Amino acid sequence: MMSYFKEIAVGFWSLLAGMAVTIRYFVKPIVTVQYPREKIQMSPRYRGYPQLLIDPETQTHKCIACEMCARMCPSQLITVEGAKFPGEKQKRATKYVHEHQYCSLCGLCTEVCPTSALEYSQDYRLAGYRREDCVIDHLILLQEHQRALGLPSTPVPTEAEIAAAAAAEAAAKEAKAKAAAKAKADAETKGAEATPAKKAPAEEVKE
Amino acid sequence: MEFLVDLLGSAGARMVVGLVGVIALVAVNALFLIWMERKVSAHMQLRPGPMEVGFHGAIQTVADALKLMGKELITPEEVDRPVYLMAPIIIFLPVLLSFLVIPFSETWIIQDMNVGIVLILGFSTLAVLAILMAGWSSNNKYAVFGAIRSVAQNVAYEIPLLITVMSIVLMVGSFKLTDIVAAQSKTWFVLVQPLAFILYVICATAETNRAPFDLPEAESELVAGFHTEYSGMRFALFFLAEYTNMFIVSAVATVLFLGGWRGPYLPGVVWFLLKVYAVIFLLMWFRWTFPRVRFDQLVTFAWKILIPLAFVNLLLTAFVLKL
Repeated sequence: MMSYFKEIAVGFWSLLAGMAVTIRYFVKPIVTVQYPREKIQMSPRYRGYPQLLIDPETQTHKCIACEMCARMCPSQLITVEGAKFPGEKQKRATKYVHEHQYCSLCGLCTEVCPTSALEYSQDYRLAGYRREDCVIDHLILLQEHQRALGLPSTPVPTEAEIAAAAAAEAAAKEAKAKAAAKAKADAETKGAEATPAKKAPAEEVKE
Repeated sequence: MEFLVDLLGSAGARMVVGLVGVIALVAVNALFLIWMERKVSAHMQLRPGPMEVGFHGAIQTVADALKLMGKELITPEEVDRPVYLMAPIIIFLPVLLSFLVIPFSETWIIQDMNVGIVLILGFSTLAVLAILMAGWSSNNKYAVFGAIRSVAQNVAYEIPLLITVMSIVLMVGSFKLTDIVAAQSKTWFVLVQPLAFILYVICATAETNRAPFDLPEAESELVAGFHTEYSGMRFALFFLAEYTNMFIVSAVATVLFLGGWRGPYLPGVVWFLLKVYAVIFLLMWFRWTFPRVRFDQLVTFAWKILIPLAFVNLLLTAFVLKL
């Protein structure tokens, strides 16, 4: 008889305990994110696709179009083209396209970059309707980021500009080659005593 | 209004206006309760619930109802046609009739009958018949099982329910719902008869076939139980009846234990509806907390625990009253 009442009391208590749990959860804030409407902050260590980072000093990208990333990429999905513009010391990217649909997110491009021009994106919403939606043009993406931050956007060089830059570069090279040839010729005419001295250490290295 | 009074007399006009009001209430209540159920369940599971249609998904149920209306009414070949077609209508009739005697406020009552509570309990039993009809005529093993379970469950839980209600009736000395509310002018009966209230709520959960006593439509075992073979608006009628039943059961609980329309400042109807929805929230809270009981547990619980406790409560009440 006592066990009968004990069972009722224990059972009733367990029901109340269960209800306490659910009401506590009822007043807790919800954890679900309304996917297309809301965005969550990813952790700083999140490794999305690689993107050109904005250099705080120059307020533009640091890519010198060395194509190390394109060579390193195991899926060969990076296309980099660059040109040297008149009045600039280094080459600069004129095209940086990342075909993200093939990307395995290995991060080798980011690691190999000599100027550390790449960083991992925080963007996790990568769904698209077509394969072409996954192709990321990083120079255009960079402009979007700059606009979002209120920085002046780096213009993407047009075909004409690239051609002009290439022509200027070729002309400069020609002039340089001419100058070098002239200098060589001058050096040869100046004296024969200087050349054997230059050749001797080279022979030592060969041996 | 005056035209109606001229045409039908005072009582007749009351009936017509009441019927229109009740049908409107049934529809709006079902729409609201389904939304509320989804919201309550969602928040208990740390989800936001429906959010897309209307403010916080407020008119999601309207969209669902429109979808249900657009659906084909499939009638399986081997069903017992007349019974099969009648069941959704019959389940809805007692639900509507029960509103006849429910006092929403001192004046908002269609017909204050002296058999009030007996009438409601009698009609709510009719719902079992409709469930049995639906299950049997569907010619489907799951539907039959659902119906059988429903009958066994309702027979078992009707007894403690009636005995519990009797103990309140003993205290008041009347079956009239307005008298019962009037008797609670000083204290609510939930304070005088806490055990009766607990028993009533448990039995009410079982009567409305809700979890943890939702064996007639146990989704994981019986597909959808007695309404497996119903589609479109026929299914919607069962659904509507279930949610309206919840309202009635909670309204009776409000009248019997929570002082009906009584309350300060606000008008009586507002107090009544507030209390009703509080009880409904309690029922939803049960549903999203407790797992479904096994069938033997269900019957054992009714016969070995609820009925003896209800009898003890009745005897104690009678004893105290006679002192």
